[in-house]
Amino acid sequence: MKMHLGIAQIETKLGVVDANLQKHLDFIGKAHQAGVDLLMFPELSLTGYVLQDLVPAVAHHPNSSDPVFKELFKASQQMDLLVGFVEEDERNRFYIADAYLSQGKLVHIHRKVYLPTYGLFDEGRFFALGDNTQAFNTRFVRSGVLICEDFWHVAPPYLLWLDGADLLLFTSASPGRGLTEAPQLSTSMWVESINRAYASIFTSFVAHCNRVGFEDGLHFWGGSTVYDPDGNCLAKAPYDQEAFLTVELDLNQLHRTRARLPLLRDERTALVQRELNRILSNEHSNCGK
Amino acid sequence: MKIDLTINTDLATEILTAFIKSETTRAGFQKVVVGLSGGIDSALSCVLAVQALGPQNVLAVRMPYRTSSPDSLEHAQMIIDQFGVQTLTIPITAMADGLINAFPEMSNQRKGNIMARCRMIVLFDQSSAFNGLVVGTSNKTEILLGYSTMYGDSASAFNPIGDLYKTQVRQLSTALHIPDVIIQKAPSADLWANQTDEGELGFTYAEVDKLLYLLVDERYTPEECVEAGFEKSFVENVVNRIRCFHFKRMLPPIAKLGSRTIGYDFLYLRDWGT
Repeated sequence: MKMHLGIAQIETKLGVVDANLQKHLDFIGKAHQAGVDLLMFPELSLTGYVLQDLVPAVAHHPNSSDPVFKELFKASQQMDLLVGFVEEDERNRFYIADAYLSQGKLVHIHRKVYLPTYGLFDEGRFFALGDNTQAFNTRFVRSGVLICEDFWHVAPPYLLWLDGADLLLFTSASPGRGLTEAPQLSTSMWVESINRAYASIFTSFVAHCNRVGFEDGLHFWGGSTVYDPDGNCLAKAPYDQEAFLTVELDLNQLHRTRARLPLLRDERTALVQRELNRILSNEHSNCGK
Repeated sequence: MKIDLTINTDLATEILTAFIKSETTRAGFQKVVVGLSGGIDSALSCVLAVQALGPQNVLAVRMPYRTSSPDSLEHAQMIIDQFGVQTLTIPITAMADGLINAFPEMSNQRKGNIMARCRMIVLFDQSSAFNGLVVGTSNKTEILLGYSTMYGDSASAFNPIGDLYKTQVRQLSTALHIPDVIIQKAPSADLWANQTDEGELGFTYAEVDKLLYLLVDERYTPEECVEAGFEKSFVENVVNRIRCFHFKRMLPPIAKLGSRTIGYDFLYLRDWGT
């Protein structure tokens, strides 16, 4: 089976949801022409990234009475969509979230589980932590969504893999840093190497959609990539420019790769559980309990 | 140990020109104003602005004082001619001397600060006249060392070169074909005769950039810098300068009284809404 994945590597307007929604609809139009089955947008694609005190003003609810999602549900009749937004829950907590929409319905919400609050990042000050990392069925392949810092921790992609995800959908708004003699920033090298590693060690498809543009002095570098279960790069968007990328995923590659390399078959989940239980029951351990 | 500050100049140019374009147009402008001193930092900001916006959208302003070196004007003219920018020459002697002459015993430092602030007034006036934003010309080395005049040369609408050490400014300037005579000459604020940055600071940019890179970028402790081979007194001097001059890098603190106070819990980027 084949699916056509589209990546919308966009620039956003900071805190201007209507303008960003219009850009989503424009890219959806382009993707429809190109026969895309699933179109991914970056982290916080409807709002911009460094929101700070704008968070409560740009929050939305992923239901059909929400004016922004009403449009997106309508558009999801044409193709599946993964969009980034600020979600406000029923008790007024705010999350960095991605919504997977298909055929006019909400299929899955992922709320960012790891909120970087160090260095140039200050997400923990403004957002609540997501509590789940779950795979979900799509029309094409069981998938999992992670947002930026989520995939800098090895456990979330590992859990999605064990939960049946064969396509890992990673979104980010990654500020570039680390200018050296190399022709690319350190950030992009780090991200590309871990995504390739995940594709290889989980023998799965890994698609990463990053954004571009500036917010004050922060520069988002783009360079979205798609890796196949062998770790081959199937497609790569340019750095620093808005781009619309399409790639055909031959889902039968999962069969071929896993016949060669049965890492999933040989995974020792019960061993992992036993060892985690042992580590967590040690009252002296300091490992994120 | 080897401390390598080499940067990829193509990538730096691409990011910095995109930054200039983004910050200018998002603020509703198409044009910028740069004070062109004849030195390397303002030459680099000017050339980056030309690449970002085109020479017709860049106004380079030369602002000599009566004691300024003739070389400074000439070197600024080289940039103007080579890159075809719009240009104005507005001497600051009359406006600076209006204040300086009132205090016959005035120190060189006070005079220098007055000159830097006169130039700021000229640039922001031209900002209004030319309808362009003032581009900053301070590099990371001088910002960290506090080697600037507050509300003078440090004043700008945005700064494309503030995360480049002087060593990197030289490398990028070479790549962008800034004339060698400007890159090679001793850096100087040119506020009085024979003033040089390195003479005033007491160390060279090449030396201090390596130390700053370890202290700031690589998060070395002062002790680790000494272990890495830097003189203890040099490390102490630089660490002390960074701390003492931190106020120059901050907006003035506001005394908190209300439930939301600018600077503490009223937090928005400048690009808010754009």
